[in-house]
Amino acid sequence: MHRILAKQALSPNVTRLDVSAPRIAEIRQPGQFVIVHLAEGSERIPLTIADSNPAAGTISLVIQAVGKSTNELVALNPGDAICDIAGPLGHATEMISAGHALCIGGGVGTAVVHPIAQGLSRRGVRVTSVIGGRSKEWVIFEPELKRFGQVVVCTDDGSYGRKGFVTDAARDILAAEKVDIVYAVGPVPMMRAVANLTRERGVRTIVSLNPVMIDGTGMCGGCRVTLGNETKFACVDGPEFDGHLVNFDELQDRLATYREFEQQATACAADHCRLQKQIAAQK
Amino acid sequence: MSPRLTTKARLQLTRQAMPEQDAAARSANFLEVNLGLPEKLALLEADRCLQCKDPRCIKGCPVGVHIPKFLDLLTAGKIAEAAQSLLDDNALPAVTGRVCPQETQCEAECVRAGKGLPVGVGYLERFVADWAREHRDQLPQTTPQPTGRRVAIVGSGPAGLTAAGQLARRGHAVTIYEALHKPGGVLVYGIPEFRLPKKIVAQEVERLREAGVKIECNVVIGRTYTIPELQQKFDAIFIANGAGLPVFMNVPGENLKGVYSANEYLTRINLMAAYQFPRSDTPVLHGRRVAVVGGGNVAMDAVRTAKRLGAQEAVIVYRRTHDELPARAEEVHHAEQEGIRFEFLTAPLAVVGNDKRWVTGMKCQKMQLGEPDSSGRRRPEPIPGSEFIFDCDVVVVAIGTKANPLLTATCPDLKLNKWGNIVADENGQTSLPGVFAGGDIVRGAATVILAMGDGKRAAAAIDEYLRQAGK
Repeated sequence: MHRILAKQALSPNVTRLDVSAPRIAEIRQPGQFVIVHLAEGSERIPLTIADSNPAAGTISLVIQAVGKSTNELVALNPGDAICDIAGPLGHATEMISAGHALCIGGGVGTAVVHPIAQGLSRRGVRVTSVIGGRSKEWVIFEPELKRFGQVVVCTDDGSYGRKGFVTDAARDILAAEKVDIVYAVGPVPMMRAVANLTRERGVRTIVSLNPVMIDGTGMCGGCRVTLGNETKFACVDGPEFDGHLVNFDELQDRLATYREFEQQATACAADHCRLQKQIAAQK
Repeated sequence: MSPRLTTKARLQLTRQAMPEQDAAARSANFLEVNLGLPEKLALLEADRCLQCKDPRCIKGCPVGVHIPKFLDLLTAGKIAEAAQSLLDDNALPAVTGRVCPQETQCEAECVRAGKGLPVGVGYLERFVADWAREHRDQLPQTTPQPTGRRVAIVGSGPAGLTAAGQLARRGHAVTIYEALHKPGGVLVYGIPEFRLPKKIVAQEVERLREAGVKIECNVVIGRTYTIPELQQKFDAIFIANGAGLPVFMNVPGENLKGVYSANEYLTRINLMAAYQFPRSDTPVLHGRRVAVVGGGNVAMDAVRTAKRLGAQEAVIVYRRTHDELPARAEEVHHAEQEGIRFEFLTAPLAVVGNDKRWVTGMKCQKMQLGEPDSSGRRRPEPIPGSEFIFDCDVVVVAIGTKANPLLTATCPDLKLNKWGNIVADENGQTSLPGVFAGGDIVRGAATVILAMGDGKRAAAAIDEYLRQAGK
């Protein structure tokens, strides 16, 4: 059992949970993830470790509530517990040890960029972060990333920072300054756009992929992604890959496999919730 | 030997049939197919054993169960003693009584198999093991003297559980590390409920816990801890982390939506209970016409599962013929009864899909059998110009697995073969002192009982190693 020790709403549908997991907190490295299994009957879902506090024995999970499983996780409160957390899984982020890194985070992906920027900063690498959201309240991890260097904030509606996509800001930075490596984590279209941008300029680009996954140890092969002509398993070979080789179209398509099931599960959960309220009201 | 019947009388007894759920009914549910022999029939069947002076059945058993002994105790009415005898030899008899390929092991060696039908050893093992599960209070509880030695076991599948049981009864302190959230390995994620109910695995695991074995789930060796780290904390290690990565066909279209590895398909349904969706949260694509590529036990499990999920047609696509199917005979027979179609001498060339990238079929080629290859089986050869489209909306690839690199990549001193499997001798000894290995991570891909045999032999070798080290 893994107790929730702290909870914080970061944006309208993104929540940060600090969860007890001492061994993982002690050894996790930037880029690694855990598999979370809330309770008997729950899905196993992969979540990147956004931060950790080895002294307190906690890891931070940043969860975007999009379906039944993630909604159940963000409904947890301090004192509640998660049955199973396995990890840390996946490879650590490939890091440079000197130079200038551009870290690009879109939406909840910004939480995944955080440990990467942290790791780079600790190595003495200059870090520039570009982060974005739909509007001001969707921008997360700005204060944390500011500790590691300059942060450029973009919002789609211009309600905060620069108006436009993170790729627009990234394009300007790439044109103005020497960038040795780019890390990009966010929605698939964003990562694809960044990869296209940096490919022209020949700047190495690492992306973190979030395909459908069950065991997270290489056993099921559900998380397979195509890199160039090769099939890779995101759990054991990734989750970070060379963004210039990733077949993003296939990734996006495979992520849609269970869309109908997700809608059904969400609808069933909502109906169950409604009926429970009615029963409670009758009493 | 039980004096009640003469050999002549025993020879006159005919083999009892295993009662089973009706094929039409069971192909729509996940309840167990075989129902188990009732006591009366079990005793009759046990009387068929001729109590040979040189019982070859024992040699046919990978864990060396003293078959005539437990059958003799059974016929003498000493069922608790029969159960104890069986459990002394085999840590998981309720499992092996259900999933062992007896027809190629103990029953193939039975003297009665030469003329007529062998003794139903598997049925009787199941009978005695199920009795033991229900009457645990009637079995003697022995608490061994603790040796103070600590053994880590990686993986809680058949090899790991067997080794744990054997080591615990010798007084060693055993900790099993399991990567998934539930113990049992392939017994819980791979083998379906209708062949091996999860309750039975849970009971076997519980029995080990009561014997003092500690099981820590959600620990991935190679990630959470490495073998060198375990070596600091334990006196010996047994690695039985299983087969690992699924092998795909490496044909175009394999990443279309609707293509599964058998591991993923079965894990979704068995471990994650996707057949109960939306009561459980993990979904699985059902498919109207499901094609399972392969001819082994895993392929049979997958295709029979697809049928139970409501597929109008569930088909085995296999490049050889019925005679070469590597699956256990009973599984093939049950599959046939349940209306599974077999597309023999057929090899997929590509998976094809629609404009939304959902699977719509496989491009296949007809094969013919040529000369025997190195495995002794006749090699399938393509028939030119025989390509055709096989319609289906779900494809399950059940053609094997390869070694998982997570553990071995973080233990560079461990010697591997060219396929990445751990090199170990017949006692499971690896290139590292005190580190033993067995099951699929050594063998590639084998059966539950062979993995259990590895676990049993490795446990004996570990015990021996710990004694010598203790001098």
